[in-house]
Amino acid sequence: MTITRTTVTDVVASTDTADALRARPAGFVHDVSAIAGRALRAVPRDIEGVAPAVFIAVFFFVVNIATLSKLTKAAGPGFDYKAFQMPTAILLGVTGVSRAPALVLDIQDGYFDRLLMTPVRRLAILLGHMVADVTVAMALTVPVLALGFAIGVRFETGVLGVVVFVLMAALWSLAFSGFGYAIALKTGNPAAVNSTFLLFFPFLFLTSSYVPRSQLSGWLHTVAGLNPVTYLLEGLRSLVAQGWEWGALGKAALAIAVLGALSMSLCFAALRGRIRRG
Amino acid sequence: MGDAAISTRKLVREFGDFTAVDGVDLDVERGEIYGFLGPNGAGKSTTVRMLCTLLAPTRGRASVAGFDVGTQPNDIRLRIGVALQDAALDPKQTGRELLRLQGLLYGLPKKAMAKRVEELGELIDLTDALDRPIGTYSGGMRRRLDLVAALVHNPEILFLDEPTTGLDPVSRTSVWAEVRRLNDELGMTIFLTTQYLEEADELCDRVGIIDRGRIQAEGSPDELKRAVGADVIIARVDGDAAHLCALVEALDVVQSVEAHGNELVITTDNGSAAISPVAVALNGCDVSVRDLTLRTPTLDDVFLELTGSHIERDETKGPHR
Repeated sequence: MTITRTTVTDVVASTDTADALRARPAGFVHDVSAIAGRALRAVPRDIEGVAPAVFIAVFFFVVNIATLSKLTKAAGPGFDYKAFQMPTAILLGVTGVSRAPALVLDIQDGYFDRLLMTPVRRLAILLGHMVADVTVAMALTVPVLALGFAIGVRFETGVLGVVVFVLMAALWSLAFSGFGYAIALKTGNPAAVNSTFLLFFPFLFLTSSYVPRSQLSGWLHTVAGLNPVTYLLEGLRSLVAQGWEWGALGKAALAIAVLGALSMSLCFAALRGRIRRG
Repeated sequence: MGDAAISTRKLVREFGDFTAVDGVDLDVERGEIYGFLGPNGAGKSTTVRMLCTLLAPTRGRASVAGFDVGTQPNDIRLRIGVALQDAALDPKQTGRELLRLQGLLYGLPKKAMAKRVEELGELIDLTDALDRPIGTYSGGMRRRLDLVAALVHNPEILFLDEPTTGLDPVSRTSVWAEVRRLNDELGMTIFLTTQYLEEADELCDRVGIIDRGRIQAEGSPDELKRAVGADVIIARVDGDAAHLCALVEALDVVQSVEAHGNELVITTDNGSAAISPVAVALNGCDVSVRDLTLRTPTLDDVFLELTGSHIERDETKGPHR
């Protein structure tokens, strides 16, 4: 270490700053905000973690409309497949997008230990990452919404409906990200975390992603009825195509809550386990 | 556990069937530099991780700054600074961002932090690099940043887990100087682990020698060395030296003799008076003496006497234990 102008003791003992530099609990909201700020600053530096999600969402939005819009005209007069597909595309984009891979790197680099040795509350470390995830998920909906508006999709519920739509998509993203954090904290393995998105595949395809539930037949219709994504999609679609359908929105909110409760339980159990293991 | 800066009683940490720390009793006074000396895998880092609240003890009690590690971890975290064996940094943050975040998490006001970060950057000669991602730093720069990150909040007790492992001799000497200054001028209690004998000898008021999870001896470096004897004679012979112990031990001037492979370690109160009789005695045997050395005892001699082996210096990064 090359000591050039000053020394540790000069800095630490500096009388005008000594009191200001006394450590103290910062408060839960402050802790969450500090961790979220760091996570958000890292997003542009990890752009490769976000860009594929935007690409996938836009790609499937365009391709699905081009492939299926003529076929689905039989669904009924006034059926707008573009409006129908927009929630599917957005869920493809926001699901699985989280800072969980970054958390794994923190664990591997020892930075997670550094955070644990500060007075920051353990829950705040996790919630800070999740606040960042919600923000990123909301931002990810923008390109698909913009494309949708550009090709003529309109919200029956107006601007407020758009806001609710974005919030629900972001909360879904948050609920799903709990699985990624649980795997990150349990395994500390980036490959395992990256495979979290595979969990979403059955959820996304065993549902009304491509055609209305009424058009599904046999076992798939039954399975779709048990799939929470079905209710989420129907709630989101109602905001676009039907107006304020409180029943559909309530079921969508319940689907998010149930999945969120499950994933967060796993996530917080994994956090407790990692802290216990040291 | 009194007013000690750090105190442990029968501290145990097990990992499955393996006991990494096996009943450690420690008392580190406020303002002391205490060295935990032992080879890789002795249990040094595991002990530090328990004292820093990263790892819960399996059994026993420990307090740091007067607070219990099990029930008052947050009170401890406010009062300690820690630089672990591997620099715990986020390569994608800049040095400035890391130090600022560190300050925020310790509740320091943003206004004071800006000045603080500049001062700390100047201190470790990183001012020009503070706005670069840490991933672009050299190993030495990362180590320096890690050390000042532990000091952002002006801790009462500083834990340094092998602070100079991997540093070049010049950087090592500078770190020693700063550790001394922190202790001398601010009265900061410093608990450091090391596998460098000269580091413990140079810096520490007291040293605990740990091996296989147990403290084997404790005292000031001088006390520990005096316990071995005033002087040490090392005789290296061709072949196994064990059969020579009885012969040398029979000499009046010799305190004790131990054989380690082809080496006889002879302790005596008066080395200059003992070396000739030892040489004559060995010359009378059917053994070829390769060299005979007289010196004052080192901590390695203490370690050798206590554990039967030398401290191995491993520059590579081993697992945390």
